[in-house]
This record gives sequence, structure tokens and C-alpha cells, in this order.
Amino acid sequence: MNTELTGVVVTFLLTVFLAYPLAKYIAKVFAGERTFTDFMNPVERFIYRISGIDPKKGMNWKEYLTAMLMINMLWLFYAFFLLLNQSSLPLNPDGNPNMTPDLSFNTAISFLVNCNLQHYSGESGLTYFTQLFVITFLQFVSAATGIAAAVALFNGLKHKTTDNLGNFWDIFTKTITRILLPICIVIAVILAFNGSPASYDGKDSIVTLQGDTVGVSRGPAAGMIAIKHLGTNGGGWFGVNSAHPLENPNYLTNMVELIAQMLIPIAMLFALGFYIRRKKFAYMIFAVMTIGMLFLIVPTINWEMHGSPEIAKMGILQATGAMEGKEVRFGPAISGYWSIVTTIISTGSVNSMHDSSMPLSGMMQMLGMLINAFYGGVGVGILNYFIYIIIAVFIGGLMVGRTPEFMGHKVEAREVKIAALVTLLSAFLIKGGTALAAYYFVQHGDADWAVKPSAWLNNPGNHGFSEMFYEFTSANANNGSGFEGLGDNNIFWNVATGFVLLLGRFLPIIGPIAIIGLLAKKKYIPESSGTLKVDSATFGILTFAIIIIITALSYFPPLVLGPIAEYLGM
Amino acid sequence: MSKHKKNTKLFESSLVTSALKQSFIKLKPGVMLRNPVMFTVYIGTLIMLGVCIWIAAGETSQGSLAYNLTIFGVLFITVLFGNFAEAIAEARGKAQADSLRKTREDTPAKKVFLIGDNFVNEMKIVPSSLLAKGDIFLCEAGDTIPMDGEIISGIATIDESAITGESAPVIREAGGDKSSVTGGTKVLSDKIQVRVTTGPGESFLDKMIALVEGASRQKTPNEIALTILLASFTIIFLIVVVTLKPFADYANTPITIAAFVSLYVCLIPTTIGGLLSAIGIAGMDRALRANVITKSGKAVETAGDLDTLLLDKTGTITIGNRKATNFYPANGVTASTFTEACALSSIADQTPEGKSIIELAKLDVSKLNTNGASFIEFTAETRSSGIDLTNGTKIRKGAFDSIRNMVTKAGNSFPDETAEQVKVISSNGGTPLVVSENNKVLGVIELQDIIKPGIQERFERLRKMGVKTVMVTGDNPLTAKFIAEKAGVDDFIAEAKPEDKMNYIKQEQQGGKLVAMMGDGTNDAPALAQADVGVAMNSGTAAAKEAGNMVDLDNDPTKLIEIVEIGKQLLMTRGTLTTFSIANDVAKYFAIVPALFITSIPALQALNIMNLHSPESAILSAVIFNAIIIPMLIPLALKGVAYKPIGASALLRRNLLIYGLGGVIVPFIGIKLIDLVVALFI
Repeated sequence: MNTELTGVVVTFLLTVFLAYPLAKYIAKVFAGERTFTDFMNPVERFIYRISGIDPKKGMNWKEYLTAMLMINMLWLFYAFFLLLNQSSLPLNPDGNPNMTPDLSFNTAISFLVNCNLQHYSGESGLTYFTQLFVITFLQFVSAATGIAAAVALFNGLKHKTTDNLGNFWDIFTKTITRILLPICIVIAVILAFNGSPASYDGKDSIVTLQGDTVGVSRGPAAGMIAIKHLGTNGGGWFGVNSAHPLENPNYLTNMVELIAQMLIPIAMLFALGFYIRRKKFAYMIFAVMTIGMLFLIVPTINWEMHGSPEIAKMGILQATGAMEGKEVRFGPAISGYWSIVTTIISTGSVNSMHDSSMPLSGMMQMLGMLINAFYGGVGVGILNYFIYIIIAVFIGGLMVGRTPEFMGHKVEAREVKIAALVTLLSAFLIKGGTALAAYYFVQHGDADWAVKPSAWLNNPGNHGFSEMFYEFTSANANNGSGFEGLGDNNIFWNVATGFVLLLGRFLPIIGPIAIIGLLAKKKYIPESSGTLKVDSATFGILTFAIIIIITALSYFPPLVLGPIAEYLGM
Repeated sequence: MSKHKKNTKLFESSLVTSALKQSFIKLKPGVMLRNPVMFTVYIGTLIMLGVCIWIAAGETSQGSLAYNLTIFGVLFITVLFGNFAEAIAEARGKAQADSLRKTREDTPAKKVFLIGDNFVNEMKIVPSSLLAKGDIFLCEAGDTIPMDGEIISGIATIDESAITGESAPVIREAGGDKSSVTGGTKVLSDKIQVRVTTGPGESFLDKMIALVEGASRQKTPNEIALTILLASFTIIFLIVVVTLKPFADYANTPITIAAFVSLYVCLIPTTIGGLLSAIGIAGMDRALRANVITKSGKAVETAGDLDTLLLDKTGTITIGNRKATNFYPANGVTASTFTEACALSSIADQTPEGKSIIELAKLDVSKLNTNGASFIEFTAETRSSGIDLTNGTKIRKGAFDSIRNMVTKAGNSFPDETAEQVKVISSNGGTPLVVSENNKVLGVIELQDIIKPGIQERFERLRKMGVKTVMVTGDNPLTAKFIAEKAGVDDFIAEAKPEDKMNYIKQEQQGGKLVAMMGDGTNDAPALAQADVGVAMNSGTAAAKEAGNMVDLDNDPTKLIEIVEIGKQLLMTRGTLTTFSIANDVAKYFAIVPALFITSIPALQALNIMNLHSPESAILSAVIFNAIIIPMLIPLALKGVAYKPIGASALLRRNLLIYGLGGVIVPFIGIKLIDLVVALFI
């Protein structure tokens, strides 16, 4: 097989291979069983003591959500305030300025919600202090929030009838001390040894072969790059993210970063199986998600490796595939793979410019984010998939002649209402946002704003439409990657995506936890041969079909007007 | 299934006429609002009406008046089709109920006026409509019973064929569990006094008619949940259409209002939206066709979820009573002697068991010499019966121990091989009857419960549906176990007392299961009320009928099985039509979206995979398909999707294939065909 493709396959298989033992470990951690990280016990006890937390106290779904949302709100204000005043804080060797209020609003939200949409460039937009105490800090806690949300779901599914979803503080703390921190240290060390900077010095300067002097930004980046992937955050230390030679120096680090971002999302699936003792159910979900991923990845890699027909028309050979916007050290295959991995999982880090992908590859990336549940972000991927499951259970349950039930609990009007609302929300935020942008672009192109709407788009026509649609899709999916080429650091985009980010993050967490809270409280109905089997292949196919149909029906028109029209026009 | 099928055709012309009228009456906004999906189509229709007026007034940017009028017309018809589906379901249900009710309208009633204890009560003939609850009337042979009621004195044979279709007359008597009579049935013999139990307009049938007519029809929980899901799909498509306006502006494409409204109406789940209430009504109607009156739509829905059925042994699993199946003569007694003795002992025995012995003996009873013989009745003390012939021969038959006592007291021994046979019979679930002649044992008769033919298959079918069957019987545990195994039920309650049923139901419910039972006696009432689906027999007491949530007019204990299937069909029909409706959207997108943008983005012609004639014809074809699919699916909605007990996963696969994949493919073909026709006119 082609070496490039071998690299892709090996990377994926390695990920699954590593995710399996990690899943066993995660299940043990949350079940409170003995693990090798028990040496963290005193640390955790100390944290609980100074915070006045009783880690044994169970919470119902409302208490759980209240704790989670309160602490998140606190972090939001903390981050906003620090970003606004970063120039006067220590650790600013390059003398970078404060953020504007709208940009710090957007940035604080963006990192709080695990999205990491960056309307700034790390080299000049942040100081080492804010990189560490805002950005890296939020990357840890937002990932832990996502995992804690998923564990609430696990707890609801584990017991026949319960209103105890676990203690948020306990789960949250252990996620950081026992899962994120240890793995991050390993990744950071690998990165540092391969050339990612881990220094507090300011810009270095080099003289190039041409004789120009270039200032090279650096900083304590390796650790941040580790959590950026492990926590499916995606916000880069440097502006061009993992395409930057210091953020992603070679093929090995590229592999490590790819594995790191997919590791926990896959491990969480297996962990669900171990934790609730329904391995078949977890494997079924894994299979559906993997097939979904392949549907996106295989054509993308194919298109990227074959190059652009427009360039071919000019008579230029593209032996190495579509190289525009790609790094030579990675090549089109693994870059295509990365572009899908980073969009189906809500990482949003990039090692190539998605704006330069083939039109239909761009559509695949958008689909990855629109579905947002083929693995999905840490923790939240399962929650998103859970919403699809509820809808599939409802329709499938009816089709076998019973009122729908999921794992022994009747799915009734309230649960359907919440699931429907969450599904509605994405359609509303993404298309509403894009419509608003398109409206301003067309009707008020010359509005007297700092950046005129007519100047937003680098590319007019279908591709420009894709850029706007991609931005809102990325914001809603809490992905954070950008179809660059969009002038997004201005009030409209900062504020509009800021709100989309907040709603697109928290409602899809609140919804599933509310559903599981309501379901878990209901009487348990034992399974019979007339019950819909949620761990069967048939149910997997139904869920897959529901995902495809809902996504296709909701987004067919914008996809036609953006990438499909662009492709057909080529 | 009941033999008394009321074979109303699906679309009887009288029903269609009244349903057509109703579909217009239902256009009242207040009525339309009950169905949010169709209500938005209604609004779309009004918008198109406005557009047509606007064009007539001189607007030119919206396309031709004829085209817009056509769209308006098709949308209007879509709304009417939705209303028609509901109306025809109502009309059918009502017609069915009416035909039952008609039997009891305006029958002359012999009303009794109580004068007091010492005088003869006065009697007057009044029309049945004047009878009130608590009134007493008299019925004699030949009278039609004017009202539902309870017999307070007397016993009568009654022909209930008008209600049940069963021609064999039944016996109803005061007191006990068979004291209920139904209006419209006929007294064949004797005389009874009946107290009216329901006022006019309050009978179960009246209540059911009200349910069907919609006046008191509540949406069932599942219907509400589905409506929410459909409403959310509707909102998603509303967002699709609204945001399309700025998108189209960005792409420099003018889109007409007609196109927006058409796209919207095509995408929202109008098919299931239009048929949803019809499906619910049809569920109750199907129950009624099976001669079961349901007191709420919810009961039918619950029936589909049942996990456990409590079934009485007698009448459900076994045919009525025990039957003689074998004669085992003792050593030294010839078969013919024994058979004759058996027959003689049973000549006067009017019990079903006694009759079955005569039947098995296959002797001409009239040839037996019984002149002057005296018959010995069965008594509780002797626990035997028999005959004393004129020649002094005394033949007795009875329970093993009573005959043994009798025989040993007379100084004779009880033959070992007969004692052995008795044991064998008992352990096989049978009942042994020992026959003696002049205190000498002649042999033993085996009585067996006869399991209804085909019942094992029905239980197997239920097991595949995931329903557990429980046999309730008064027999001892040994016999019960034997019959339970033979019939293939999953569990049994032996030596059952009414409270045992109640406890069993509660215990199952604690485990989260839904339980159904059938009963007729007053002492069944608490259990009927406790069960999730309680089916009372129409012949049962008023208390039982009040406690249950269904009444079976046939008094057929196997009806529960049918009820489960009706419930499952109801839910399946909802699920499959929802799937079908949503799956249809794929084709509609491929018809309409290229049509909208083809002028400004010609490359999109590649998406016009159906190769439709023109943008106008594409939109029109999609809207027409969307409209006519509703009436085309009405038969399916009314009859229900066939339920096959093949296990949940197989059933899901089957329905996904038919209604999911089919739902994707059918509209591609349908729209293309319609487009071929439409193209002729454009």
C-alpha cells in the first residue's frame, strides 16, 4: 500500500489500540475502584477540603447541572477579565497588547466552551500569562466539564432506577488529576523532545538564507499543545495551529497529536460499555461512528490525493495531490485524514488550511461538524449521539409496536421534547447565523462598521458562502476550526459566534443530562423479546439513518449553495 | 377472531359523503389548530390565496396567475385530504358504533312501578329512551331487552347474537357473575326483572362514540410525544425555508413565494401529520370491530405494550369443562360391561362431564333399560351419583376416595390395578371417576381438560411478541402444572382465589411490567382496576365492567390476544408512517432545490436527477405528490400495518426496509410520473 495511506491506517489503528486499555482505566476511575493513580488521593482530598466539597454526596440532574453551570460562569468572567488586561500582567516578554472587549468576549467564551475558535493569532494576541492561565487552564477544565457531563449519563444508565448522577465536583476533579494530567505529561514530553518549544523566553530571531531577520515566537507551548489535542480543544499556541513547524514539527508529532485528539472520545465509548456492563451496546455505537467517519474520510483522502481539476486544466501535474494549503512534511493523505478527524471530533486544530481543500472535502468537514457525533468532542460526543439515540428509539420503538423505551425506561413526551429542542437548536443557530451574515453581506454591505460586511469575504460566490456557513457550523459544533479567508475579527463575528458558542455548548449538555435524569427516575421495565434491542446492528443502522436524514434534511440547501455548487461549477 | 365480522367496506359511499362534508367543516381554525403540522399547511394555503389576489391586482414578479392558483388549489386539497382522513376514520368508527346502538333504540320497555311490598307492582309500557338509571323493567320470552342492566330477579336464556354474533343462547340470572344483560339482546325463555344500570347516553357505547367523534377525544401520551417530534421537524423546515431567503439573495436568485410555500409544505411531515388522528381513531375502531368497546384511546395504546396476560384456564385455554376421554375397566370386567355401566350411571347426570361420558360410551341411550330406575343425585356428602335399576343393580360413580370408602365398607377390596390407574390419571392432569356396581369396582373413567385446538400456537405467537402468559385456575398445583405445560403457558396460578390474581398483578407491576387480565365477576373488579388493561366481559357484573377499561361484547377470553395485536398495530402504523413521511423528503429536495436555483446556478442541473421538465413542473409535481400520498395511505392508516411476531429486531428491519427505504424510493418514481403528466400542460 501507498506509504501515505499506510500512515493513516496505522495512526487510526494505534488510536483504537490505545483507547481500549484507557477505557478500562477510565471505567475504574469513575467506579471508584483501585487504580495505579491512587497516589493522587491526598491531592484530591486536599482540594475537596479547601473547597468544602463532600465528594460522596450524590446529586440529581438539576444539582449536577447547577454545579457545572455555576463554575463555568465563574471561569467565563475570570477569563474575560484577564484577557482584557493581559498587557499589564506578568509573563509578557513580547509586549503584546490587551484584547478588545468584543475579542476577549469571543475568546473567553470560545475556550470556555471547548471550541477554541480563534479570532486572534497566538503570537501577537496573547501573553504567556494568558496562554497559560486562561487558555491552557480553560482547555483543561472545559475538557473535564465535557467528560463529567458524559459520566453523569453513564451513572444514569448504570442503575435501574436512580436520581443520583454522581457528584460533579468529584468526577470533575478526578478527570483532571487522573486522566488529563497524566496523559498530557506524556504527550508534552514527546512534543518537547521533537522540537516544540517549552521556554519562557520571548521571540527568538534568526537570519534566513536570504539574509532577512525573522522574529520567531515561542513560549511554554508543548504542554498547551498536549491538552489542546487530548481535550479536543484545538486552539493553537501559534496562529496557524498545527501547521506551524514548532507546534507540529514532524510526522511523529503529527501522529501523536492525531492519536491524542481521538483517544479520549473513543475511550469514552468503550468506557461506557465497561462502566454500565453493556459492552455490546458500546461496540455498536463505536461501529456506527466508525462507519460514519469512514464515509467522510475515504472520499476526502481520495479527493485530496487526486488534486484539483482546475489546476489539472492548466496542464500542471499534481503527482503529490492537492498541495495548496498543505504542509509538505505531512502530505495530502494524512492532512485529509486530520481535516476530518478534527471536524468530527470537536477539536478544530488544523494541520492544513481547510479553505484550500477540494469543495467536497470542505463539505465533508462541514458534515463532520453538523453531525458532531461521530466520536465527537470529549464527553459531549456521546451526549450528542445520545440525542440521536432518543429520536431513533422513539421512531424505532413505534415501528416494533411498543411505546418507545430506552434501556428499560419509557421515552415519553418530555424526553422527546428536550431531544427535539436540542436538534432544533443546531439548525436554528447555524442557519440563522449564516442567514444573518448573508443578509448583512447582501443588504448592508456598506454599513458603516469597522470592517464593512462587503469586505468579510476573500472569495465571493459559492466559496464565500461556504466560509460563512463553515464559521457558524464550527461555532455551533464547538469545533473551532475555521474556513479561513473570512474576516472574522470584528464585532459582528465576535459577538454572533460568541452567542452561538455559548448556546451550542451548554444546551446540548443540559438537554441530554436532563433526559437521563428524567429517564433514570422512571420505573425500570425488564426487556422482553418484543423490546427494541438498542445494542443490535439493526438499531445501529436506524440510528445511522436518523443521523444522516436529519442532517441532510436540515442542511441540504446551504450545502447545495456552498460546496456542491462550487464543485459542480468546477 | 369473532365470527361476527362487520364487514363495512373501507370507503362506503355514505361514509365518504359525510366525511367529505366533515372535511370542510373541519376547516374551522379552532379545529385545525389541534393538529399543528396541518395547521401550518393551512396558513400556507391562505398565504397562497393572498399571493393569487396580489397577482390578480397586477403584481408581475411572482409568476403566472394560473400557476399560483394551481399551487393554491393543491395546497387546499392537501388540507382537505388531511381532514378527510380524520373524518373518514371518525365516520367509520361512528357507523360501527351506531350499528351496535341501533339495536337498542326505542324498544318498548315494560317499566315496573314499585308500589310497595303488599301490592302487585304496576307495569306500563314506555319507550326505552324514557328509562332512567335505577328504573326497573320486566322482560319475558320474546322481548328485546331495552337497556343495559342487571337482573335483580329471575333467570332467562338470552339470545345475544345481535351483539356478539354468537347464535347459541346464554343463561343470565340474578345474583352471581352472570347477571348483566345488554340492550338489544333478546329474551328467549323465562322472565326477568332488570334494573337499569346506565342512563341514556351514558352506556359504554355512547362513551366510545363520543371518543370517536372527537368531542371528548384526548390525545394519548404517545400521540402527544409524536406530535412534539413532528412539530419540531416542522420548525426545522420552517427554519430551512426562512433562511433560504437570505441565502438566495446572496446567490442572486429571486425565489417566488409560491416556491417557498411549496418547499415548506413538501418538507414538513404532512403525510403522518394528516393521518395521525385517523390512525388513533382507527385503532379504537378496529377494537370495536373485534367487538371490544374501549373506554379510552390510551387503553388501546397500552395494550401494545403488555408484558403479561392473566388468562383464566376454563374457556380460554381449555374448552369449557372436562371431558371423558378414556374408560379403564378393572381386571375381569369386559369393556362393554364397563362402558354400559358408565353410560347408565350418567344418564341422569346433566353436568357437562356426565354428558361427555355418554358421548364417549357411544351407546344408544334409549335402548338401555332404565324403566323404573331411580336416579341418585350427586351430593356433597356422598360425592358420588348413580342409578338404582329395577333389578336391584346399584351403579355408582364418584371420586376415588368416596367410592373406595363405599367399597371397603361393604367388605370388598379395591383392586390394585385400578388404584394404580387412578394415580396415573391424576399425574397426567386428569380427573379419575371410579365406577362401582353393587359395591364392586368396575373400573375408572378418565376425565381430561381439553386444550383448545390452536392455543399453543397463539401462546407461541405471544411469546415472540414478548408477552408472558399466565394461566389462572382453581385446580390443584399438580393438575395446573400439567395443563400449563401442555398448553405452553409461561406460568400459572393454581388454586387461585380472587386476591391471588390481584397479588400477582401487583407483583408483576412492581417489576415494571404491564399486565392485562380478563374478568367478569364482582370479585374480579379490584384486579380489573389494578391491571393496566382490564377487559370485562359484557356478561359480567356492572362492577366488573365499571372497573375495567375495555368491555368485550363476545365474552371471549382469548380476545386479549387480539387486543394486544391491535395495540401493537396502532403504534406500528404511527412509527412506519412517520418514517415514510420523513424519508419522502429526500426526493422532494432533489425535485425542488435544483428547480429553485437552476436559473442562477446552471451547474445545479446535475442535481436534477429525476430529469424533471421545468422548475415549475418540478415544484408542482412535488406538491401534488405530497397531496395525493395522503389519501393513498388512508387505507393503510385505517387498517393498520400488519403485525408479525418475528421478534423486535426482525420487525424493525422489515419496517425500515419497507417504509424507510421504500419511503426514499417511492417519491422519486411518483414525482417523475406526475411530472410527465404535468409537463403536458405547462
